[in-house]
Amino acid sequence: MSDWLLIRELAKQVQSGSTTALSLVQKSLSNINKYKDHKAIIVTLEDSAIKKAKELDLQIKDGKKVGELAGVPFIAKDNYLVFGSETTAASNILKGFTAPYQSTVIERLEAAGAICVAKANLDAFAHGGSTENSDFFTTKNPQDKSRVPGGSSGGSATSVVLGMAPFALGTDTGGSSRQPASFSGCVGYKPTYGLMSRWGIVAMASSTDTVGILANNTQDVATVLQVMAGKDSYDSTTVERSKDNYANIKTSLKGKRIGLIKEQMGNGVEKEVLDSVNNAVNTFKKAGAQVTEVSLPSLPLSLAVYYIVVPAEISSNLSRYDGQKYGYSAPDSKDITDSYNESRSIGFGKEAKRRIMIGTYVLSSGYYDAYYKKAQTVRTKLINEFNDIFSKVDFLIGPTAPTVAFKIGQNAADPLQMYLSDVMTVGASLVGIPAISVPTKVKGLPVGIQIMAPQHKDKELLAVASAFEEAR
Amino acid sequence: MDKKYIVDGYYPTIGVECHVQLKTATKLFAGVGNDARDAAPNTLISPLCIGLPGTLPVLNEAVIPLSIKAGLALKAKIAKISHFDRKHYFYPDLPLGYQITQYERPIIFDGTVEALLPNKESVHVRIERAHLEADAGKSNHPEGADYSLVDLNRAGTPLLEIVSGPDMHNAQEVKAYVYELYLLMKYADVSDVDLYHGNMRFDVNVSVSKDPNKLGTRSETKNLNSFRSVEKTVDYEIKRQIELLKKSKPIVQETRGWDDAKQKTFSQRTKEDAHDYRYFPDPDIPPITITDEEVAIIAKDMPILPSALRDHFIELGLDDASVATLVDDPNLAAIVRYVQEGHDKKTAHTIANWCLGELTRRVNDNEISWQEVANVIPYLVELASMVDEAKVSSTAAKELLINCVKHNKDPLALAKELDLLQVSDESELVLIVEQVLSQQPKAVNDVKNGELKVIGFLVGQVMKASKGKANPETVQMLIKSQLGV
Repeated sequence: MSDWLLIRELAKQVQSGSTTALSLVQKSLSNINKYKDHKAIIVTLEDSAIKKAKELDLQIKDGKKVGELAGVPFIAKDNYLVFGSETTAASNILKGFTAPYQSTVIERLEAAGAICVAKANLDAFAHGGSTENSDFFTTKNPQDKSRVPGGSSGGSATSVVLGMAPFALGTDTGGSSRQPASFSGCVGYKPTYGLMSRWGIVAMASSTDTVGILANNTQDVATVLQVMAGKDSYDSTTVERSKDNYANIKTSLKGKRIGLIKEQMGNGVEKEVLDSVNNAVNTFKKAGAQVTEVSLPSLPLSLAVYYIVVPAEISSNLSRYDGQKYGYSAPDSKDITDSYNESRSIGFGKEAKRRIMIGTYVLSSGYYDAYYKKAQTVRTKLINEFNDIFSKVDFLIGPTAPTVAFKIGQNAADPLQMYLSDVMTVGASLVGIPAISVPTKVKGLPVGIQIMAPQHKDKELLAVASAFEEAR
Repeated sequence: MDKKYIVDGYYPTIGVECHVQLKTATKLFAGVGNDARDAAPNTLISPLCIGLPGTLPVLNEAVIPLSIKAGLALKAKIAKISHFDRKHYFYPDLPLGYQITQYERPIIFDGTVEALLPNKESVHVRIERAHLEADAGKSNHPEGADYSLVDLNRAGTPLLEIVSGPDMHNAQEVKAYVYELYLLMKYADVSDVDLYHGNMRFDVNVSVSKDPNKLGTRSETKNLNSFRSVEKTVDYEIKRQIELLKKSKPIVQETRGWDDAKQKTFSQRTKEDAHDYRYFPDPDIPPITITDEEVAIIAKDMPILPSALRDHFIELGLDDASVATLVDDPNLAAIVRYVQEGHDKKTAHTIANWCLGELTRRVNDNEISWQEVANVIPYLVELASMVDEAKVSSTAAKELLINCVKHNKDPLALAKELDLLQVSDESELVLIVEQVLSQQPKAVNDVKNGELKVIGFLVGQVMKASKGKANPETVQMLIKSQLGV
């Protein structure tokens, strides 16, 4: 299990010379090797990481100023383009694709001195909640190897819990960072939509895709967010960041108005999860927060809305993988149509194809109004309900997932059951608000509590999550 | 219905879609160069242009003022909010698998174009909409090869697609409309309007019907890049469709192309192959919002448009062909209009004729540029009054004109320098006249015997003796008084 110091402490030690970037990177690489049976990692960037660490150590020796994440190793989900490394999104169709440019957030982390040591496994193209949809292999839960780590950022969650790096980047489109955090036992955060750039991340669904941060505590999430947040001229959906330092998150729970979402505490939620969340509610109360039960009547529709809007965008975003420019291309095709059909049939896995078909269907002429348009109408209604409720409470809480981590293979044959594991998280994604999953307990299979805040209240959200960790 | 349009009992209806390439420095959604004319294949590309994973489109804001200008030129409404949609189809020159276009809410709508016909009437064409979209790349299918080549330099170039109403009914009207559209885009200065390089491409929809209140099945002939091919396509399609109907054969709704070598249209794709484009709003690109203030600022600086210019130039008493020539070139038109605004009609007329004649010839020979002409407008005005006051002959004026443009020099100073000022001083001229008369006794006799046309010969001799500087009117007057006729 992870035994890293706080990220800001690590960076301070590197800056002051009391430890070296190289020793931190070596510790990462050694843990990656030690836990390789968990299959969290698709590719290790050993050579480039060691090279960068040595360069950084030399700069420090020369008395040069280095960044606030100096020497801190991290792992990126394999849907991030990292310059010169293979980026597959765990899909066969992108196997062998080497990134000729890199994502904005990787660029910002590197500029601050952080070092990418490996690329983590995921459900191919981030489609799924268990990593079982990876075209390569399934990652194992860090607490129980017979169970899934959650997904799609399952590789990132497992790697963080097992101490392969102090933090990992995930992505979160409908809960892909929060749900694996809940299943694996770490913190998983999705920001306000647009707070961090999507440039250089393999797109899943453009209107809900966000960067996700997975770490062992909320303070580390905040430290990393401080470096990555803010507008990017390469992503026109990015928003202005707060002028405040996101990393300074000291707060008290006293007097905070917290709404427990009624619709998330009923049928379909495992007893173990309900108990855990109720315990957390008591923790909040004991620390002086005012917890009230609140209702979001349209929230139960959010899963249906999500599985219309998101496949629609997926079907469109995956159009570029046509076997003509890069990635897998079927050999011996007799003409261009044949090449498209074969390359995509073989290159895409089952789940990607399922979502392409659903998305294509809901966007087809004659069905567009009945599905896509109607779903967007409900989405607007959902946004209004969240806005209303946030005039009454500061934060919303509930379970991150309806269950604890399930067994590998348990839901693999039942896509609907798999989709249900997103039921708690898709609301925040559709509405574009920040949300975080924090472990509620330290023993047994992990259960995460999800805390949500209004748009742009990311700092307040992290502060409350951090205060909860301390009170827990 | 107007009976004049009927051909063999059928009523043709035509609508035109025109793709105008906007003159931005970079592409619609990527910061790479836009001018693919002389670029080697696949050199003007970015990660977005080739559809790499993780790339996102960022709107080139320069298209917004250009669209507003185009919209004003089309007398159209500018949308306060418009957005981009994705249009999906697979093709090797479409790297994203979708084209980014405006489907639901175009940036421009409800406009009109009045196009002048040769008989001085005009055709009124409604503009339904004009929307922004990214161009595709270019596919190349080498003859006999078992492969195709794709050049993505053009992929992502900003286009404004202008969609007319079905308001034209013969080739002449269509020709007038596309030419007027060309002029409007040129005057609004939103495009290089280089047709040869595909800066404007036309898709022509033609249908014919016995019942003028019902449209027939249409064909769409795509990608025409000359006025001539547009005109010929319309004539050809009207004829082809009528012939089919006369033989009771159905017209297929289809996409056609124009074969310039064979001078006919040919079928490319029928409706059965039509795509379901699965349009939906592009979630990567926030909507475009335009305020009334932004439009007002641009409207203030809009140049005068062709139809208004035509009216002004007709006032100068120029013939139709001259007016059309002036209006065809905004640089030329601007010079004449500038003179017209500040000076009398005669001066403007003189300068217009210089522009249409001597100056056009020199500009075409690359001897001078219209900019150089524009720089010396006050000198042109001075020269025109020198001619008017008979200070120089019209022959001398032409020589002065070129010199004053080339050297940016005052024409009076130049005339002195080149010794081209006319001599009107009678005491000076009378000496030359007397000399010439004494040398031409036969001619003098002829005149005295009543052959007055011989005076012209004598005037010529005097002119020659004065090396062209004599004022011919004064000379004639002096000869007449000397000979008493």
